Amino acid sequence: MHASARQASPIVTKELLSSLSTEAWISWLLILLTCAWLLVVVVLPVVQLVAKSLQDSQGGFVGLANYVAYFKNPALSNSLANSLYVSASTTLISVVLGFIFAFALTRSRIPGRGIFKGIAMMPLFAPTLLNGIALVYLFGRKGLITGGFFGTFAGVDIQVYGTVGIIISEAIYTFPQAVLILSIALNLADARLYEASESLGARWLRTFFCVTLPGIKYGLLSAVFVCFTLAFTDFGAPKVIGGNTNILATDIYKQVIGQQNFTMGAVVSIVLLVPTVVAFVVDRIVQRRQVAMIAARSVPLQPKLSLLRDGAFFVFCALVAAAILGFYATALFASLVKVWPYHLELGLWHYHFTGTGGGGYPAFWNSIRMSLYSAAAGTVIIFASAYLIEKSRKLNLLRRSAYFLSILPLALPGLVIGLAYIFFFNPRGWEFFGWWVPNPFSFLYATMAILVISNIVHFYTVGFLTATTALKQLDDEFETVSASMGVPFYKTFTRVTVPVCLPAVLEIGMYFFVNSMATVSAVIFLYSADIPLASVAVANMDDAGDTAPAAAMSVMIVLANIGVRVIFGGLTRSIKRRSQAWANG
Amino acid sequence: MGNSFDLSPYLKVAGVTKTFGEFTALQDVSFSAERGEFLCVLGPSGCGKTTVLRILAGLEVQTGGSVHIENRDVSGLPISKRNVGIVFQSYALFPNLTAAQNVAYGLKSRRSQKERSAQRVAELLELVGLTGMGEKYPAQLSGGQQQRVALARAMALSPDLLLLDEPLSALDAQVRVLLRQEIRQLQQRLKVTTIMVTHDQEEALTMADRILVMDKGRLVQSGTPLEIYDRPATPFVAAFIGSMNFLENAVKVDTAVYRIGGCDLRVAGENGSQRLAIGGSATLGIRPEDILIWSDRRDAPNTLPAQVEAIEYRGPLFRVGLRLGPCGPGAARVEADIPSEKVRRLELRPAATLPVQLPEDRLRVYTA
Repeated sequence: MHASARQASPIVTKELLSSLSTEAWISWLLILLTCAWLLVVVVLPVVQLVAKSLQDSQGGFVGLANYVAYFKNPALSNSLANSLYVSASTTLISVVLGFIFAFALTRSRIPGRGIFKGIAMMPLFAPTLLNGIALVYLFGRKGLITGGFFGTFAGVDIQVYGTVGIIISEAIYTFPQAVLILSIALNLADARLYEASESLGARWLRTFFCVTLPGIKYGLLSAVFVCFTLAFTDFGAPKVIGGNTNILATDIYKQVIGQQNFTMGAVVSIVLLVPTVVAFVVDRIVQRRQVAMIAARSVPLQPKLSLLRDGAFFVFCALVAAAILGFYATALFASLVKVWPYHLELGLWHYHFTGTGGGGYPAFWNSIRMSLYSAAAGTVIIFASAYLIEKSRKLNLLRRSAYFLSILPLALPGLVIGLAYIFFFNPRGWEFFGWWVPNPFSFLYATMAILVISNIVHFYTVGFLTATTALKQLDDEFETVSASMGVPFYKTFTRVTVPVCLPAVLEIGMYFFVNSMATVSAVIFLYSADIPLASVAVANMDDAGDTAPAAAMSVMIVLANIGVRVIFGGLTRSIKRRSQAWANG
Repeated sequence: MGNSFDLSPYLKVAGVTKTFGEFTALQDVSFSAERGEFLCVLGPSGCGKTTVLRILAGLEVQTGGSVHIENRDVSGLPISKRNVGIVFQSYALFPNLTAAQNVAYGLKSRRSQKERSAQRVAELLELVGLTGMGEKYPAQLSGGQQQRVALARAMALSPDLLLLDEPLSALDAQVRVLLRQEIRQLQQRLKVTTIMVTHDQEEALTMADRILVMDKGRLVQSGTPLEIYDRPATPFVAAFIGSMNFLENAVKVDTAVYRIGGCDLRVAGENGSQRLAIGGSATLGIRPEDILIWSDRRDAPNTLPAQVEAIEYRGPLFRVGLRLGPCGPGAARVEADIPSEKVRRLELRPAATLPVQLPEDRLRVYTA
């Protein structure tokens, strides 16, 4: 064996030192780029939004005058109370039902758990507008239940327009999130604690309060914050079912689109942002604690068979599943009925989108394109930056800043992003102390690009955390070992990191696609007339009273999303099969 | 290269210091290694041994001091420019690449060199005894086999230095003993200068040419395994590697004579304590296996009457707790390892009183 291939020369230092850290430079530059990108698409627009809320319509600084005006106007400030009430109620319902459901999935041995979970996830694929529309068809003036199943029974009117409708819609919307978070928390249970409790003679109620609840407290808190934030900031369902009940999200829309009062829109946005940011901060703190808890080793809990308990859980799950299925089935049915509730002939009339506004099929295909672009670009940006942040050495301050900026978008509701983008990307430039600074990003305004960017930012953090979790599972020494062999990190990234993380990469892509298809809040401020979008079309058609075509378009969105989910499932399975040799030896 | 007149060592670490903020991880660490030497850096966790390895690898930059390989100053070079092979505790094998692909990872992959690369991989796999296993993925290999793949991969580029970071600690005891020998044999065959970091004294004693014992960021002793075990430089080294009885509060009463309570103990050649003035105090140390027990009173020096306090069975030997009668309270209790055969022959029982000899050439003297 050759002892040493290298020439020993005494004067290597200077020359080498300048070339040696090309790699370090590359990663430094890329992380810097990540920070710059997040600065432009997150921080600066929000700063602009805050600035706008402190100015009068002429752009003069007025301090908090707009906020004073806001809180002095009961028509506006009542919305805050409504929003808080609606979100709190939603959170309570959603977390309680979600907990029982998640408990049944993880701690019982009822049959069909996979199917139940699948059904519980359905609301994730639908625009929240659809929740409102389905409610109209169920409980509205001519609703299925209000009319007693087309006169078969006595009808019941629950006064769905207003808080009741909003709460039901948001509960359905947030239910899957609660189930997901709580299932994960319940799955982390350590069987030994339960055995210890049992061996000490504790009854199940005591075990529940002394072992189960403390074990999932962080998950529970997290579920509360997530459900609250989602319900607090959602725009779609209240838009359809809100009636005369005003909430913050619809107020922003009305101020901006209805009255062209951008300043007040900015003020309401900030009012909307504050509780969201608080929830975000508390949730981050809670999450950090939970991570510490997971780190400990535990023995997975195997639920025992108990006929009585499992029977009750089965009935509960079946009822919830039936409610969700029935809910969306009603919308599907309504979209196929010729004239609800008079001509119950089934057909595809409402799927022609002729004679309605919104944009029809071009809008649908625009949405598909936008979602594909968002998925592709978002996944690449997020995974690459998560890799750099997680796996680079040194540069701690820069990496920590990039991490913080990547987590930040979670606190931003879609409407806030949309409005902030108007303020940031629309102007041709700004005047700073008499200096005219042209806006280098204004070319993006009213393009497909800004829609894609808004989606990437809107759904950034969840993808980022997924990527980070996947990357954390890889040995930290991969990069070190590669470097010791003279292989640069980007080669290891493509040859090892990406292939090993492919399931997570696909998951991020799917998440982006599904959410970009369904979202309406950010894009409703940003789409332009020549790029109509499906979800916006739903809102506009519903606004115009074309409820059936709106339901039809929503169904199309759901179908597209389910289609993508099926493709994702297939891909994931085939990857798992191909990688079986190395994935689980 | 290989200049026979060049007397400077192959690897030279001079005065290396490393601080992390307020914390001093390494304090003025200096050592050297000859070409082909196998060094073990041994110490308890947190002693700085891993930092030494990381500085040698170029993963950390020392705060002060320098590292030379073959007279080449590599102090400022990152790992990619140092030509070191490295094996981690976790092995860090790429899970989606086969054993052969893992080994070939750093080899040039250009088409023209493909054949040479494949040949080299086969050669390396043969070297570590994994011929025919090249197509398996790491998850399909046992822990020991994974270890060998990592070793082959580290050797693929014929490194100037092979660095092993607790390479055996993830394996179970039997495989560990086997791999200990294999790594050692491999290292000797390839004549690669190797630095291994470990907290396992047995590993260090059986594998190393030389052991560097570290404590709290300092190098406390370096020497062959025999030197380290036989003549531990400090009570820390003595207690960390094997076990040692300490007889405290010994006073030097004459050249090579120490008094503890009521007994005088003679120490051969003073064992490095010549500089201690008469009347100075010291601690005497003796390893349990060096204490002798006799059936009848002899006139050998350092023989004292002792009472058996406890007997603990340890398979091939007994550990016997002894109270040295005349030495007074405090320093009077020692433990001795006595072969089982002898314990049976002497019919040792608790409370029995016997003559015990602390051989003068086995006593160590530690001054405060």
